[in-house]
Parts: sequence; C-alpha cells; structure tokens
Amino acid sequence: MGRPATAGYARLSKPMPAIEVTDLSKTYKVPVRESGLRNSVRSLFKREFREVLAVDQVSFEVPEGQLIGFLGPNGAGKSTTLKMLSGLLYPTSGQARVLGHDPRLREEDYRRRIALVMGNRNSLQWDLPVMDSFELQRAIYQVPKVDFQRRRDEFIELLDVADLVTKPIRNLSLGERMKVEVIASLLHAPEVLFLDEPTLGLDVTMQKRLRGFIANYQKESGASIILTSHYMADVEALCDRIIVIHEGAILYDGDIGGLRSKFVSHRLISFGGNEVSEEMVQLSDSVEGSPERTILKVPNDNVADVASLLLRRGVYDLSIENVPLEDIIDMAFTADES
Amino acid sequence: MNVRGLMAVGWAEARVGLLQEMQFRIVGFLQLLGFLIEPIVLLVVWRTVSLESGSIGSYSGDEIVAYYVVWTLVRAMNLALTPYVWEWWIQFGRVSHLLMHPTSVYWRSTMNFAGMKLLWFTMWLPIGGMLFLVFRPNIVLTWRTFVFGFFALWGAYFVRASYQFLIGLIGFWTTRVAALFEIIIMSEILLSGRLVPMSVMPEWVQSVSDVLPFKWTFQFPIEVIIGRLNSPDVFTGWMFQAGWFLLLITSIGLVWKRAVRRYTAVGS
Repeated sequence: MGRPATAGYARLSKPMPAIEVTDLSKTYKVPVRESGLRNSVRSLFKREFREVLAVDQVSFEVPEGQLIGFLGPNGAGKSTTLKMLSGLLYPTSGQARVLGHDPRLREEDYRRRIALVMGNRNSLQWDLPVMDSFELQRAIYQVPKVDFQRRRDEFIELLDVADLVTKPIRNLSLGERMKVEVIASLLHAPEVLFLDEPTLGLDVTMQKRLRGFIANYQKESGASIILTSHYMADVEALCDRIIVIHEGAILYDGDIGGLRSKFVSHRLISFGGNEVSEEMVQLSDSVEGSPERTILKVPNDNVADVASLLLRRGVYDLSIENVPLEDIIDMAFTADES
Repeated sequence: MNVRGLMAVGWAEARVGLLQEMQFRIVGFLQLLGFLIEPIVLLVVWRTVSLESGSIGSYSGDEIVAYYVVWTLVRAMNLALTPYVWEWWIQFGRVSHLLMHPTSVYWRSTMNFAGMKLLWFTMWLPIGGMLFLVFRPNIVLTWRTFVFGFFALWGAYFVRASYQFLIGLIGFWTTRVAALFEIIIMSEILLSGRLVPMSVMPEWVQSVSDVLPFKWTFQFPIEVIIGRLNSPDVFTGWMFQAGWFLLLITSIGLVWKRAVRRYTAVGS
C-alpha cells in the first residue's frame, strides 16, 4: 500500500498530532415558523430564526496513525465535527489543524491528503462502470498510473469485488456500492480518513469485511482515521480510542476499558439453571433470567466471591461478561442528562 | 493544480460526460428532436413574413431560413449545467463529494458537459442534414465557416456555462434559485437572438443586447456560421466572448469562496 510522502509534516521527537481541535463550535441558524395560515402570512413580513448549537467547544487531538471512534446518538454533532475537519463545513468558532492545514481554507493540497466517506451516499458515476469512476478519481487526485494500478488491484482483491468493477454503479447493491466507494476514496492514499457511518445499512458479513479492510488500510498506510458508527462492533473491532459526544459536547475521551470503569461498576454473571442462594442475592445488584438460565448483575468487587460460590455448587457453565458497549454508552448519555 | 493536472481532469471529465451521454443516446436524440419544434415554428412564421415584406430586419428570406437551421446546432452546443441542477445538488447535499475533491467544480462540470457535445454534434448531423434537405438554406460552407464557427461555438458555450454556473451559486443562499433562473431565461430568449434575430428588435433593445452576454451565446455563433459577419465583426465578437468569460469566471471565483462557507451539507 505504501505510505505517501508527508511533505511539510516533519517527524519530531514527540510526533506532531495529525489532528488538533481546539474549542471547535458550529451553530446552525434555522428558520422557525408555527403552523397555520396566520403564522404563514406573518412569516412573510417577519422571519424568525433559532440558533442550534450542533458542536459546542470540542477539543481533542489525534496522533499520527491512530484510529478513533466518534460515538454519540443521532444529532450529537459527530458528522458536523467530521465535516468541519474535512473542510466541508465552516466552523462558527474555534480552531482545527489537520496535517498542519487549516481545513477552513479548503486548500487543494489539503483535500488531496484526506478523504471523507459518507455511508449510504453515492459519490461515484451512477450510470458508468465502477472502473470509469476509479479512472476519474485517478485524474482528480493526480495519482501516478503505476501507484494507481497497484492500489486499485490490491483493494479489488482485498474486498473481492473483481466481478463488480465492470458493472454500472446503479446495478450494485448497497453493500457492494459501499465497498467500491471505500476503494475509490482510498486510491489516492489519504493520510487522514474521515469515515462517517461507513457500514450503515450493511449486513453483518459485509460490515465485517469492510471493517477488516479499513483495519488493514490503517495498519499498512499508518493513516489517522476518525470513524463514526452506530454499530458498536465497528468501534470495538477497530478503535484504539473512543470519543463520546452528546449534545455537541465531549462526554468521554479515552480507551474502551476506561469508559467501562468510568460508567460501569458491575459485570454480568450468567449460568445454567435458576437456583440462586440468599448469599448470592446479597452480593448482586439484581437477578434476572429464565428457568434455564440466570443472569446476575454483580458489582466488580463481588465478582470473585459470586463466581467461587457458583463453582463450589458445581456450576461450570458460567460466564462472566462485561456490560455491552451499547449499554455503557447509553449509561453515559443518561448520566449526562441527569 | 498545475495546467497539466487541470487538463488531465478536464479530459477525464469530458470522457465521463461522453460515456454518460452514450448510455442515454436515444433520450439525447429525442431531446434534440424536441429542440426542433421551437426553431421550425419560428422559421415558418418569419419566412412567411419575409415572403410578404421582402425581408425581416436586415435578413432576407433565405438568410432567415439559414439562421434557424443553424440555430438548432447552436442550441445543442451551448447547453450547459443549469441552476435547476445546482438547486437540487445543494438542497439535497449532493454537492458534498464535489466539494471534497481537490479540483474546481466549475472546471469539472463545464468539461463534463463539453464531453457530451461530441455525441450531441454527431446526433445533430442527421437532423441538420434533414433540415438542409427540407428548407434548403443558403449557406456557403468554406474553411472560414468551420474554423470561425468552431471558436464561436465554444466561446458561446463557455460564456453560457459560466453565467448559468454563477446563477447556480445563488443556491447556497436561497433554496429557490429556479425562480430567478426563469427571469434570466426570459431575458436570454428576448436578448440573445434565440426568438428572433436582434436586428428585428428596436434599436435600444439591440444596444442593450450588445452589452449583455446573451447575444454572444446565440446570435453571434449563428451569424458566424451562416457567413453574415466579416472578419473584423467576428474578431469583435470573440473579444466580447472573451471579455464576458473573464468577467464571469472572476465573479465565480469571488462568489465561490463566500458560497462554500454557507454550505450546510443538508442531508449528506
């Protein structure tokens, strides 16, 4: 795959962050009008607007070569942040530097070094075979022919799309289209990649394939990647670090283990059967389950005691699990709202 | 981007435009046939008038026939990306991926349409041939027709594509740019020679049309091809085209910087 030259991006003893964001904010001005004829007539003479704070003084850094997950519910400000970093949206205030460039300036050299992939969106030539779109990408990014052919063939093989590239985009399924979209966005070997819900609407197999491909690209190229996704499997499989954003502000920035210890103080112990002793009930926060299987929600400090009690009783099909990431994120949002 | 890179993107876009249009060649051909209704009606009306009065403006009956036959070629060749498309692109966030590419959207869209013209010209040939057979226009084809006509046609296209692009950029401020475009189209129809040669219009309307871009995108290339203009007039016309082109692309450059700041990436 080969890492592209990073001209003007000197390697220092302490590596310069690929992305630096300081107090970045975005406010949208949206028209407001009550329903009904009277309000409709009134709005002809006096238009009213409301300001919506989509991103609120967000600050973070992404070191070179890191893959971070940007998590949050719909409307949290994830995509807006990504679009500001890619130069698509102009921030209301704050600073951002990506690969030493100010994204607001939308310099050609900057756009040549990055890529933004938006899930469920088509950026290729709808009526033409995929290969024609790839050729256009080559011209747009001025990729040398040899590099282009090498990357294109490698990506086609990795994502197993050899039989798709001669078909027009309009004849591809959503998953197939996303695969070729991702390939097209990587043909110029971007040093920073913004992935906005790249697996949106894809089936589990396709998600896994795309995930593997992204991980491979990151490993081979050393690119810095910010990924937003509603699928926690994407985040758990790919990300070294996560940033949780809620109502435009950062709730958490760190690794997944840290998120667990910050918001979750228990684990789930499940075992076959439904016999629970009084001691186990006292050591657990809650007991749920069916006649076939019981699930105990146990504080981290009591996990060893409960497990040993179960083993002493001869229960061997027990499992100790972390709370799913989805639930942790939900807890984080709930904690923030309360 | 350097000139070589710009040319490479231009050729690649023109190729894509041509390939896209070839996918819908029948639609394109029918569209060209549809374009015939307007000039044929005008041709029949004005030829009848000229037969009764001897001439229309400074045009003889034969010249008016030639004017409207060549009109069909010019109409096909100066088609450009319309503000309607811009309105749709901006409203539904379809312009996002274009904004992410490290090339000029103006250059790409203009070259994309330019590529389509090779097919349109090929498809116009049988239509033009049929019109020649039916109406027998008095056009003398010389090297001058082809060389001067070639540059006048491309000049017309680039000027028309530029003002349509500039109007399209208003879509970054308002989601209903089509209404404004309708007014521009009306002005174009009246002041370009599309409805009737400008010499038929009152003197003051002719003066207004001389300083606006519309005439240089319709009447000028038609008159060059039918051989009504002498060399100095052709040169003057090219200068007007070049002047308008420079003014328009400068304006596009200035407006573009402000326009993209207003983009809200709606829906995408």
